Amino acid sequence: MTHEEMKHCWETARASGDYHALMQAIPYARTIGMTMEEVDGQLRFTLPFRQSNIGNVLLPALHGGVIGGFLENVAIFTLLASHETRSVPKVVDFSIDYLRSGRPQDLSGRCEIVRQGKRVANVQLMAWQDDPDKPIASARAHFLLA
Amino acid sequence: MAVTNPKMFEQLWRWFMDLPHCKVLGIEYVGAEEGVVELRLPYSEGIVGNPETGVVHGGAVTTLIDTTSGTCIYTLLQEAEAVATLDLRIDYLRPAIPGEDIVCRAECYRLTDQIAFTRAVAYQREREVAHGVGTFMRTKAGNGA
Repeated sequence: MTHEEMKHCWETARASGDYHALMQAIPYARTIGMTMEEVDGQLRFTLPFRQSNIGNVLLPALHGGVIGGFLENVAIFTLLASHETRSVPKVVDFSIDYLRSGRPQDLSGRCEIVRQGKRVANVQLMAWQDDPDKPIASARAHFLLA
Repeated sequence: MAVTNPKMFEQLWRWFMDLPHCKVLGIEYVGAEEGVVELRLPYSEGIVGNPETGVVHGGAVTTLIDTTSGTCIYTLLQEAEAVATLDLRIDYLRPAIPGEDIVCRAECYRLTDQIAFTRAVAYQREREVAHGVGTFMRTKAGNGA
């Protein structure tokens, strides 16, 4: 996929509010099966449950790496949406605290941009299942923007 | 030095490699010694994060480092038990070269009755791609978290 095609994919998604094609364009997002939608002007990120995201078959529980990867994408798309057009933010560091095990059900995520400069952004991330007040993981990260 | 309990450890790493998410990413066992494990993440289309460049997604590297760090704890244990990741911090040093496998070497450098401390490097040949530092809670069978 060329830069122009990717840019077009992103612009079409933004204009229509339908991010399905964008998620399909990113192989890792497709592998974990995450979705993105716009509801009342707010971005909503979901990782619908699928068996291939299991990392502990005894509990069972979602793989911690999937929770991290999902949140990293939540940050990337929230940052992309906060500007008109630019290149994909690059992760510099990512620190995640696992608060509860991820049960075999849908996972939600949100990103707060704590500080966005010209070159770097600091974000705070949260992942939860039934109750946003009972997060299963929180993370903070830095991204290079240019 | 060899792992503490080779029979238990072999069952454990096979169990880890069999986990649905490890299988979907294609993570493979490379080797182990006392305190240390190496796992490999083969390059595949499904782990790409940037379709323009083919660079692997940070999330796949996170999963590789988390899995390797968790597995290396078992090289020091006499008996199997559950461990849960408390936190993991990853520094992405440079983008991974598209088309090349990523190997992670993780070491459990301090083990207490309750906590395991780990450090890990993900690399492609001599080129370091990411560093990871983790802490894990030990959960002895029947003890609860």
